[in-house]
Amino acid sequence: MKILVCISKTPDTTSKIAFKEGNTKFDDNGVQWIINPYDEWYSLVRAIELKEKDASIVLHLVTVGLADCDPVIRKALALGGDEAIRINTDSSDSYYIAAQIAEVAKQGNYDLVLTGKETIDYNGSSVGAMVAELLDIPYISLATKLELNGSTAIINREIEGGEEVNEVILPLAVSCQKGVAEQRIPNMRGIMAARTKPLKVVEPVQINELTSITGFELPPAKAGVKLVAPDNVAELVRLLHEEAKAI
Amino acid sequence: MSVLIFVDQAEGQIKKSSYEVLTYGAALAAQLGTQAQALVLGTVKDDLSTLGKYGISKVFTINNTSLDHLDAQVYARAIADAATITQATVIVISHNQTGKAVAGRVAARLKAGLVTGAIALPDTTNGFVVKKSVFSGKAYANVSIKSTVKIISLNPNSFHTKTVDGTASIEALPVNVDASKVKTVAVNKVSGEVPLTEAEIVVSGGRGLKGPENWGMIEDLAHVLHAATACSRPVADAHWRPHHEHVGQTGVQIAPNLYFAIGISGAIQHLAGVNRSKVIVVINKDPEAPFFKAADYGIVGDAFEVVPQLTAEIKKLKGL
Ligand SMILES: Cc1cc2nc3c(=O)[nH]c(=O)nc-3n(C[C@H](O)[C@H](O)[C@H](O)COP(=O)(O)OP(=O)(O)OC[C@H]3O[C@@H](n4cnc5c(N)ncnc54)[C@H](O)[C@@H]3O)c2cc1C
Ligand SMILES: Nc1ncnc2c1ncn2[C@@H]1O[C@H](COP(=O)(O)O)[C@@H](O)[C@H]1O
Repeated sequence: MKILVCISKTPDTTSKIAFKEGNTKFDDNGVQWIINPYDEWYSLVRAIELKEKDASIVLHLVTVGLADCDPVIRKALALGGDEAIRINTDSSDSYYIAAQIAEVAKQGNYDLVLTGKETIDYNGSSVGAMVAELLDIPYISLATKLELNGSTAIINREIEGGEEVNEVILPLAVSCQKGVAEQRIPNMRGIMAARTKPLKVVEPVQINELTSITGFELPPAKAGVKLVAPDNVAELVRLLHEEAKAI
Repeated sequence: MSVLIFVDQAEGQIKKSSYEVLTYGAALAAQLGTQAQALVLGTVKDDLSTLGKYGISKVFTINNTSLDHLDAQVYARAIADAATITQATVIVISHNQTGKAVAGRVAARLKAGLVTGAIALPDTTNGFVVKKSVFSGKAYANVSIKSTVKIISLNPNSFHTKTVDGTASIEALPVNVDASKVKTVAVNKVSGEVPLTEAEIVVSGGRGLKGPENWGMIEDLAHVLHAATACSRPVADAHWRPHHEHVGQTGVQIAPNLYFAIGISGAIQHLAGVNRSKVIVVINKDPEAPFFKAADYGIVGDAFEVVPQLTAEIKKLKGL
């Protein structure tokens, strides 16, 4: 059994969001890069748990990014996994990224490809679906639970107002979110081991980008809060009804 | 050239988010000087000719029991084939649970540029540029789609449904449908509650409420408003509330018309899931709580005193 976990880097969740070069680029000055939380806490940790139960599982990590991703991918390896592959290119187009991952996935013949539910910077929620299509395998999105039983995966996925339980025969791609696993902190042994784990760098395949970002905008500032005295709740209800027209 | 709008359904019923994409797709077709056509997969109980009310000229159907339940692989192929047959140049899908499963697949299949989480109609004066929410609602990006076929997935609650006079014609499409490889063995729906991602109004509680036994007043308020209930992450982590209620960066992202934050401090990771709400009301006993900076209305006070009064006043307003 071989599992591939897709790891992307994102700015730390508390980063100040600012742009440069005439609002066309994210200003990463002073920004701390972290593993995208959905990739780290949920898909990676779940893959590690599966490997802990079945030592024959081979676990690879893949990231599409330039050399500045290496510290992030080493941190992921410190949590677990046998080796990492970095595809040496960068893009904001999800199709371009997915096509690169699919190329590596095809060569590695993985039974299970895991992604996070979304990246918390571009919020695409699309790379996993694209990889699955390019590999022509089933895809379960927004998983909240993932179990393996031989060559069958049993997955809970989010639906409007609830969950449904699906059974699918491998190979399969899954996007993971809260519920699939619990956050882990890397220990010293993991960090030491990660230093010697292989981090292969491969060059990208030629793919045309289908989209590009032309610029960023910050949302207009809020007008400021209108405070109502706690002994005048009726006034709040009046404002919500007459002014905001929200109730 | 036409705009094809994917109409999502569950258990034979068209979802609310579908009416938003229909309205959006019709407006986009008018902007492009072309026709808005809808695509319905599987068995639907609703009268499809009434989709004309949303500006749709024609409804295409693909009737096959493999399409009664979502399998992203089967759906994507059906949608892509329908787009090819009808010569659609723009496909519009909701960025809901189904959209997140299929939009990327359709895009990869057709090599069509995709923008997910769109919040407005594209700017077509010079190219085709779609505005979307990024950095969990903290900014917007304008994304240019360069391919011939373009796909937009629309954030729920970001485009208001509008109706006009009209009926749509219905045509079944001759498309081969694969057998589903996904076996659904159970569906667990929380009955009687308003689904969080579809709710117009959300009442949310945080650690300030002290314990699960105090959620009665949150549920009472939600009930009179016909609202969904939500919570902050520590509340779900402590199992005071079910996990599917956790909103924020790592939980559910919502954009209701009205969001009540009660006893929630307003950490940046919480705001990331709710800051696209149209109107935010904060009730917190600490005047320095960061949430007040993101709020439209607020009460600095004790939730245990304010919330029951709020419920009573709303009952009065609604004549309950
Ligand atoms: C990577 C990362 C991701 C995260 N993702 C999320 C996420 O998705 N969602 C999320 O919510 N959090 C998330 N968090 C956690 C977040 O940082 C905060 O810790 C959390 O939101 C705080 O929850 P809270 O506001 O309920 O609790 P607290 O911060 O403890 O705030 C409680 C509030 O209640 C008020 N209060 C107390 N008593 C009363 C009373 N009687 N009446 C009125 N008000 C009262 C207090 O003044 C205080 O403001 C994340 C954190 C990290 C590091
Ligand atoms: N550059 C990347 N390298 C590796 N995996 C990625 C990359 N971008 C996105 N992914 C994976 O795809 C998931 C969804 O990303 P997105 O579609 O951008 O929201 C992420 O949680 C990652 O698992």
